[in-house]
Amino acid sequence: MTAAVLARPVRRPRNLRRLLVEIGSALLGVALLIWSLLPVYNMFLIALDPDEGDIEFTGHIYPPEPSLDAFRVVLMQDDRYLEQFWQQFGNSLFIGVATMLLTALIGSLAAFAIGRMRPGTGRWLTGAALLTYAIPAAFLAIPFHRAMHLYGLTDTPWAVIAAQVSLATPFAILVLRHYASLIPAELDDAARIDGASGPQVYRLIYLPLIAPALSLAAIYALVLAWNDYIYQFLLLTSQGRMTVAMLQGHLFEDPDAAWNAMMAAAILYAMLPVAVFFGLRRYVAGRLGIGRADG
Amino acid sequence: MTDLVSGPPAAAAVPPASAERPRRPLGRGTYREDRLWTAAFIMPYAAVFLVFTACPIGYGLWMAGRPALYAQLADDPIYLTTLFNTLLFVGVGVNLKMFLALLLSGFFLRPRWWIKALLVIYLVPWPLAAVQAFISVHWILIGDMGLVNRLLEELFGIEAPIWFNYRWTALAWNIAAHIWKWMPFWTVIFIAARLALPRDVNDAAAIDGATGVRRFVHVTFPMLANLYLVCTLLSTLWTIGDFNTVYFVSGGAPVMSTDVLATLAFRYTFDSFNPALGIAAVLSALPVMIPVGLVMIRRFQTREVGL
Repeated sequence: MTAAVLARPVRRPRNLRRLLVEIGSALLGVALLIWSLLPVYNMFLIALDPDEGDIEFTGHIYPPEPSLDAFRVVLMQDDRYLEQFWQQFGNSLFIGVATMLLTALIGSLAAFAIGRMRPGTGRWLTGAALLTYAIPAAFLAIPFHRAMHLYGLTDTPWAVIAAQVSLATPFAILVLRHYASLIPAELDDAARIDGASGPQVYRLIYLPLIAPALSLAAIYALVLAWNDYIYQFLLLTSQGRMTVAMLQGHLFEDPDAAWNAMMAAAILYAMLPVAVFFGLRRYVAGRLGIGRADG
Repeated sequence: MTDLVSGPPAAAAVPPASAERPRRPLGRGTYREDRLWTAAFIMPYAAVFLVFTACPIGYGLWMAGRPALYAQLADDPIYLTTLFNTLLFVGVGVNLKMFLALLLSGFFLRPRWWIKALLVIYLVPWPLAAVQAFISVHWILIGDMGLVNRLLEELFGIEAPIWFNYRWTALAWNIAAHIWKWMPFWTVIFIAARLALPRDVNDAAAIDGATGVRRFVHVTFPMLANLYLVCTLLSTLWTIGDFNTVYFVSGGAPVMSTDVLATLAFRYTFDSFNPALGIAAVLSALPVMIPVGLVMIRRFQTREVGL
C-alpha cells in the first residue's frame, strides 16, 4: 500500500489503470454477492410471506408484508405436512451426530495404526481409503441399498449411518495421517519407554495433538450426512424414521404444500451447518495454520 | 468441511521438516510387540470397508454383470441422451468451475477489507444443506413468476423464457447450480494453495516486472498446476455422481431430456423397478472413471499434493 501511495504522483496512466482495476473488482464483487445470495434470498422471500402462495405465484421480488408466521408454524408444527417436523429433525440430527462420532472414532483409530504403528497392511488400507474417496457417493447408492436388504438392515437409521461413515472415514484417515505426520516420532518412543501401551499413547498423546484435524474430519462427516438425500430416501421407509431431507424431497413437487412454512423449515435445517461452519471456522483454521485469507 | 483446505499449506510445511532430519521408519520398533493392538485398531475400519463398501461394490458388479443389460441400455434413446447430458454436465461444469475458482482465488487475496467480508458471504452456498438449497434454486427459475424472471423484467425489461421448457436452458441452469454450490469449496482450496506458495518467487517475478496476466501464466499457474490437475480429476469423479443438483433443479425436465447417469439410474430402479438396469447405467461410466481414478491416485501418492 505504501508503494502505491508513493507512486501516485509519478505517472497518470498507471493511476487510471489502478482505478479501472478497482472499479472492475467492485463490479465483480457485486456480481458475486448477487450470485451467492440469490437462492438464500429466495428462501427468506418465500418464508417471510404471511399467507402461503402469495409470493411464489404473484412474482413479488421483495416481501410486501414480511411476517414470521411461517416460522411459528414450523416451531409449533402447525401444519399437516409439518406435524412431525421436530421428530424428523431429531432423526436427521441422530444420523448426523452418530456419523460424526463414529467417523471420528474409526478414522482416528485407523489413522493412528497406519501412521504410527505401521503394520504391513497399512498400504492396503490407504489404498482402500483412496478408492472409496474417489467413488462418487450416488454411484454406490443402489448397490448399497440392495446389499442392506441382504443384511436385513432395512428401515433403520443405522443403515444410513453405516453408509455415511463408510463414505466419510476415508477422508478422516487421509487428513489425520497427513496432520499427524507433523508430530515427531520421538514423542511415541519417549512414551513407550515410560511404559505406555499403544492405547495409552493413542488416548493421551495422539488424540490431544490431532484435535484440530479431528474436529475438521468430524465437521466433514456431519455435513456429508446433513447433505444426503439419496441414502435416506433409499434406506428409510416408515413414517417414524423420516428425516427432514426426505420430507422436503417428498413435498418438492406437491402443489398443496404450504410453501412459506416449508421454506421456513428449510432455512432452519439448512442454516445449522452454516452456523457450525462459521462458528468453528476460526478455531479449526487457526489451529491448522490456514485461513489467513479471511483471518 | 474446510477439509481439503488443510492439505496444501500443511503439505508445503512438510518437506523442510523432513529434509532437516534423516527419515527413519516411524514406530516400527516402538510398537513391535503390539501386534494385537495394531490389529484391534485397524479392525473397525477394515470391517466397515469390507461390509459397507467392498461387498456392495461386488454385489453391484454381480447384479449388472449380464451383457444383455448393456444391449438394453444401448437401445434406449433416453440412455443415449443421458450419456450426452452427463458428458456436458461434467465436462463443462467441472472445467468452468475449477477455472473460475482458480481465478477467483486470486481475486479474494486482494488486500481489501470488503473483499475479506465478501469471501465469507461467497462461502455460504457450500455448507448450506444441498436438498433445500437446490429446491430454492428450482423455485427461483420455475415458470413466469420465478425470482430470476421477475428481476430480469423489473430491472431490465427483459422477457425471459420459461427455463425448464427448453432442454438447453435447463441443462445450462443445472450446470450453473452445480457451480454455485461447489465453486466456493474449490476456491478455498486454491486460496490456501496460493498462500502456501513461496513468497520469494513472486517477489522475484515482481522485480523482473512480471505483472498481472503474465505473472499468473508464467509464475503462479505452473506452481499450482499439479494441484489443479488432481482437484479437477477428483471433482470429475464427484460430479459424475452428483445426484442432488439435477434431481432437484431441473428434475430431468423437459421430459427426461436433462437427466444425468446418476438420476437416470434412480429412475430405472424406482420408476421402472429394474435395479439391475440402474446399476448397469451407473457402471457404464466406469470406462471413464477408472482411468481418471488411477491417474488421480498416482498423483496423490507420488507427489506432495496432500489433499
